[in-house]
Amino acid sequence: MSQLSMTINGQQVQVTEGMTILEASREAGIYIPTLCHNENLESYGSCRICVVEIGEGERKKIVASCLYNVSEGLVVETETEKINNYRRIILNLLMHRWDKIPVELLERYGAKRDDRFVDNMTYCILCGLCVRFCREIKGANVLGFIGRGTIRQVVIFPNQAAKYCANSCPHEMECLDYCPTGVISSSYYGSRPADGQPLPHAHPICINEDINILEILERVGNV
Amino acid sequence: MSYSLAKVDQIIDGYGADKEALVQILLDIQHEFRWLSREILLHTADRLGLPMNQLYNVTTFYKHFSLVPQGRHAVSVCVGTACHVRGATQLLNRVSQGLKLSPDETSADEKFSLKTVSCLGCCALGPVMVVDGKYMSNPTANEITEIAEECE
Repeated sequence: MSQLSMTINGQQVQVTEGMTILEASREAGIYIPTLCHNENLESYGSCRICVVEIGEGERKKIVASCLYNVSEGLVVETETEKINNYRRIILNLLMHRWDKIPVELLERYGAKRDDRFVDNMTYCILCGLCVRFCREIKGANVLGFIGRGTIRQVVIFPNQAAKYCANSCPHEMECLDYCPTGVISSSYYGSRPADGQPLPHAHPICINEDINILEILERVGNV
Repeated sequence: MSYSLAKVDQIIDGYGADKEALVQILLDIQHEFRWLSREILLHTADRLGLPMNQLYNVTTFYKHFSLVPQGRHAVSVCVGTACHVRGATQLLNRVSQGLKLSPDETSADEKFSLKTVSCLGCCALGPVMVVDGKYMSNPTANEITEIAEECE
């Protein structure tokens, strides 16, 4: 792995090839906010709050820093007016799904409630941390996404849960710790499913049985 | 092994059971059976070594995939802007009455599935109805009944 030199916020930094901009910035002590990033998991790029501006002059563009790899001579800006505006809009939208976004984040980017957007407090920001944790670390695939756009949601597949939860997470449901909003925790009622038993149904983001996926789709009008 | 699963196997083998070809495989399977049953999805997941959540992820992401039975004849009515202006609403009503189906429904005998689409790229013909790939410009109630009777 060779060393590269790049510029972040006007500061010359030495980085290792293959790093992402986010990793390079964090190593240099430069703050970039993230919601869907976790060091133990593959980068995913769903929250877009980590966007940064790369390039200079006319060639500037906005990329998700958690997915963009560093290169020699790359010039990165992490806090321009344009980027902060992007972040503010993202937070504005997320506020209507999750009312407990860290206050420092909201204040930093000046995000305020916007009455144009209708509240839909699902407490799920679709960061995919639980889904990816279950797949990448545990290989259990108990959680998954269905649908897309406004109807996209996380579902628990009870057959998989009955098969894998007890073995994969013998002490506690570890995916609960990965959920930034805690909604997964409330979906499980904090309890683990007994072998072969369906999961306690607590929240609309969860479904009871595999086959009920059809009902969910019907309810959200995707069939 | 039932006939249908043998056919699924044949399609999957055609792609060398490559999980990278998942979407193409599902398209072929759906083309064969008109929809993707749970049994078939489970079998496909098993064959490709993919978890079911990934198959549900893909099949619910793309509108083209259907997880509910579809009729033998696919009837689409365009409700895009041009067709809308030229009377798609009335056409949809006529078709609904003629086939005794609401949009996004499949008849009990699985003869027809009716759906609405947004633009078929032939706005000059609008309002347009498509039956099994055959385009019809603003068919009358009688014509719709005739077509319904012609179909097996």
